[in-house]
Amino acid sequence: MMSELTKMGLADARDALAKGETTSVELTGAFLEAIEASGALNAYVHKTPDLAMTRAKAADEARARGEAGTLNGLPIGIKDLFCTQGVDSQAGSRILEGFKPEYESTVTSKLWDAGAVMLGKLNMDEFAMGSSNETSVYGPAVNPWKAEGSDAALTPGGSSGGSSAAVAADLCLAATGTDTGGSIRQPAAFTGIVGLKPTYGRCSRWGIVAFASSLDQAGPMTKSVRDAAIMLTAMAGHDPKDSTSADLAVPDFEAMLTGDIKGQTIGIPREYHMDGMPEEIEVLWSRGKEMLQDAGAKIVDISLPHTKYALPTYYVIAPAEASSNLARYDGVRYGRRAKLGQGDSITDMYDKTRAEGFGAEVQRRVMIGTYVLSAGFYDAYYNRARRVRTLIKKDFEDAFAAGVDAILTPATPSSAFGIGEMASADPVQMYLNDVFTVTVNLAGLPGIAVPTGLDSRGLPMGLQLIGRPWEEGALLNTAYALENAAGFVAKPSKWW
Amino acid sequence: MSIDESTAAKVASLARIRVDEADLPALAADFNRILGFIEQLGEVDIEGVEPMVSVTPMRLKRREDVVTDGGMQDKILANAPDAREGFFAVPKVVE
Repeated sequence: MMSELTKMGLADARDALAKGETTSVELTGAFLEAIEASGALNAYVHKTPDLAMTRAKAADEARARGEAGTLNGLPIGIKDLFCTQGVDSQAGSRILEGFKPEYESTVTSKLWDAGAVMLGKLNMDEFAMGSSNETSVYGPAVNPWKAEGSDAALTPGGSSGGSSAAVAADLCLAATGTDTGGSIRQPAAFTGIVGLKPTYGRCSRWGIVAFASSLDQAGPMTKSVRDAAIMLTAMAGHDPKDSTSADLAVPDFEAMLTGDIKGQTIGIPREYHMDGMPEEIEVLWSRGKEMLQDAGAKIVDISLPHTKYALPTYYVIAPAEASSNLARYDGVRYGRRAKLGQGDSITDMYDKTRAEGFGAEVQRRVMIGTYVLSAGFYDAYYNRARRVRTLIKKDFEDAFAAGVDAILTPATPSSAFGIGEMASADPVQMYLNDVFTVTVNLAGLPGIAVPTGLDSRGLPMGLQLIGRPWEEGALLNTAYALENAAGFVAKPSKWW
Repeated sequence: MSIDESTAAKVASLARIRVDEADLPALAADFNRILGFIEQLGEVDIEGVEPMVSVTPMRLKRREDVVTDGGMQDKILANAPDAREGFFAVPKVVE
């Protein structure tokens, strides 16, 4: 019975609670039990069982009073990047060791207001910088999926690797993620779940530890497209505390799921055919095209000519913004300060604190950002990248102006790879994981990864749909049609 | 543009991150690989293209210039590694 409860998604659990078939206390208890037995996945890094049971009881009482919110009593996991009041919020970094925020992020506040129950904080790459969860101070989260005939531990992707592992392994009904270059969509594709990055400005960034502020966006990671729609409705909305949050009404995204995509035009960008991409990904992409066509959509070939320049643009803009955002970690106001020697100056304190507190990848990006913003190089790197970013966004605007409703691409250039497999590769090799997703952040668009098939080793593969700005409803509906046609139901077999 | 060890040391110091001398060659090599990758942007014709300021065209909202929050010294100091008498404490700054 317990394991049956945890297999549910948000929608199923919501309906079961509404019918009185279970209670939030029972459901939450089942997840807490599953989490206790999941140490090998290293998905949860700060567990909050007492808080979870308190909120579950409160949710059951609210329901008894007839005051159930849209997520009443539903247990979820929260990426460690979100500040949660009184609960460790470390962004996967040593430098935030012991940090317990005195406030709650806007997105998590909205989730609790809707009645959701927090099970704990989820593993992630340090400051969301990574594609394999291996830069985490807690050590990597592990993918619940394994290749057939192999016992090798695989990455659940990154940076939201704890979130993807937890959702795929039924350690929560759903989880929050954040996506700066692909950090929701790539881990979703690696674990056979749904991951949605909303339009930039749809969800408030307030209280989410900042990486690259012009690219960061929070979104849901769920077991189905319907669940993503339900969770986004609760997470989204204008917030005066985030000046880039959009003052737009939030529709009921779930109500927009009809599965009818007749007459929709789906663009296939020719630049997303990459040299060296596995044949299986190409085949999956063609099958996705056929599925949408069979559902009544019109398929057109399109060109996004600046695609090739998206990753190099990203690796100027994101480190530049990170170097500025991460300047606040100085060992003075919060987190960890290095042990100082007699006579150490304040500059020694900064230098030692940041050398000890930041891992290698974060240091690398902060320094690259410092370099591209430094006098003499600002125009050549940073301003040039901002101009190319304008062109990348224009590619999409041209496609939408020509009548394209959504764009179909692979989500990742491969299925999940082994933990440690990229250890000796140079940093740029790891960056290529985001080749299909990063354009979407640079253009501020909504994008969703949908699990669509298994490769010959039995590992999940996903496709990405990219939508028009603010049209997450239409995008989710197209994703829903793709999900229905693909009929992906595989689950990892439990070994942990 | 190639980064030598002294440039790498200068960048590390600007970023306020202590890097051991022994680690500078590897750091400079990493910088060169990443910057080599970024160099591709030089191929793009950006003549007459405006640098992006905001990905979503929007005017930032204005609000009244009034105090809306405050009076929470305890909360603000709660996470400080060293707080004393209502202040953040740091090593001596002025001789």
